[in-house]
Amino acid sequence: MGGGRTAEGLHLRAERARANRLRRLLDSEKALAAALLAPGLAILVLLIAYPFVMALWYSLTSIRVGDAGTFVGLANFSKAIDDSIFQTAFRNTLFYTFWATLFKLLLGMYLALLLNRHFRFKRIVRASMLLPFIVPTVLSAFAWRWMFDPTFSVMNWALYHAGMITDRLPFLSSGDWAMWCAVAVNTWRGTPFFAITLLAGLQTISPDLHEAAALDGANAWHRFWHVTWPLLLPVTLVVVVFSVIQTFSDFQLIYVLTGGGPANSTHLIATYAYQIGVNSGLLGEGAALSLFMFPVLFAVVWLQLRFLRRTEVT
Amino acid sequence: MVIERKWKKWLLFYLPLALFILFTLFPFYWMAVTAVRPDAELYRTWRQTNAAPLWTLAPTLEHVRSLLETTAFAVWLWNTMLIAIVSTAISLVCGMFAGYALARLRFPGSEFLGTAIFITYLVPQTLLFIPLADIVRSMHLGNTPWALMLTYPTFLIPFCTWLLMGYFKTIPKELEECARIDGATRFGAMVRIIFPAAIPGILSAGIFAFTLSWNEFIYALVFMASAEQKTVPVGVVSELIRADVFFWGQLMAGALLGSVPVALVYAFFVEHYVSGLTGSVKG
Repeated sequence: MGGGRTAEGLHLRAERARANRLRRLLDSEKALAAALLAPGLAILVLLIAYPFVMALWYSLTSIRVGDAGTFVGLANFSKAIDDSIFQTAFRNTLFYTFWATLFKLLLGMYLALLLNRHFRFKRIVRASMLLPFIVPTVLSAFAWRWMFDPTFSVMNWALYHAGMITDRLPFLSSGDWAMWCAVAVNTWRGTPFFAITLLAGLQTISPDLHEAAALDGANAWHRFWHVTWPLLLPVTLVVVVFSVIQTFSDFQLIYVLTGGGPANSTHLIATYAYQIGVNSGLLGEGAALSLFMFPVLFAVVWLQLRFLRRTEVT
Repeated sequence: MVIERKWKKWLLFYLPLALFILFTLFPFYWMAVTAVRPDAELYRTWRQTNAAPLWTLAPTLEHVRSLLETTAFAVWLWNTMLIAIVSTAISLVCGMFAGYALARLRFPGSEFLGTAIFITYLVPQTLLFIPLADIVRSMHLGNTPWALMLTYPTFLIPFCTWLLMGYFKTIPKELEECARIDGATRFGAMVRIIFPAAIPGILSAGIFAFTLSWNEFIYALVFMASAEQKTVPVGVVSELIRADVFFWGQLMAGALLGSVPVALVYAFFVEHYVSGLTGSVKG
């Protein structure tokens, strides 16, 4: 009898010790942090860090679909630099990023200032303004492609019947026009993002500051330039950084709108890398083309981190 | 004076706002009109006069019917929904855990990890799709929904972690300490006290992640090969254009129907979406 009781007691004590160990483990900050970070980090390491290293390796080899290839050094990169289509794609990417970001910033700021006022149906207007940003880009880009259609374009129709043109505008059938069309569609899609984030920034600015400035005789423009803009600068910079990264690495909009055509004149780095890496199966060359995005993205991220650190200090 | 002010308000406020609304919404309107316009009316060249150019006199559901009957559109909708929900759920769980660890726990390297996760947030999909396609294939996930359910979290986890980390920091530490005095473990306090207190933030991150998954294109384009595995954006691009012929009525019907679910989710949670959006860019 007694022996059974002690065995039971031992068992209980062991159980309690285990529970205590588990409890201590759950309470230990380091162990808990490691356990909590593990699942997310596993996915990020396996599916971001590892493919990034693989991309670096691919770009140095002649790998293609069904052929592991050999080490070729920087041949893929020098081939890309000499490739006139890639040169165009690189220039297009800079052009597209610069103009689209500039327009999105200007229009987004203007829209944010308008939405910051009180008016009827404000909530529904603000909500509908975000639609271009919500709807899948591929699907809305199709609507734009249809509106730019060479034969059935509603815009050519409207301009012609308004007497403003006598011949149709070559929206997507000329390379120069098509790049501006892509900038316009990207602006259409991205302006809400700027407007809503800047609006959130505007709402944190105390109206007292404007009243004080107005009492000092500042007009609307001066109030914007000397009060609103400096206070909005931090959030503006962050939004611009995000937008530059998104726009610089864009793929879907051009893929649908022009497919890189006419005659490869509207490729971006990403669409050309897709054409070479996936359509032609030249994985090494495609990976090298994608990596041309990296220095620019790296510079932007570096600026962002520097900037973040500075705001933390001040 | 009053009249002049009113006139000024119309010119400087209502007119620009109306132009913004027109610019923003016209493509959607045109999408909808095209989706219900019969083919005979659709293909009229830009020089021809048109009795009802901006609307249609004979609305038809023919395009929607053929879209649902002759293509796998319904399957694509289902795939997109499933993939968006699962990848959002995975990312939320990972993001809540990691966000809590980075916001509340002291451990060596926490600052470095925070920065590292922030950097992965800024890595675009277009930089990695070529090697990632090989990884997906070697894990035998190619052409299965898991290929996307596991790769979408790569851009959702950093975002969720970043957003929730900021949110957790705003919850007073005392709440947690009370629970700990009452005998809860740190883990227990996190699950029972902090997570419920952070529900608005979690909802924001979830809604935003859902719309991002619904929007994703290049991974779905590269990883999914067969028609019945595709998501809506990829299906519309690759299956509705046959032999370089654009069936615009059907395409616009697909674009419209493919946008409705995500627009509905957005409409129900506008405020959460907006705080997710504005939170996504806060340092």
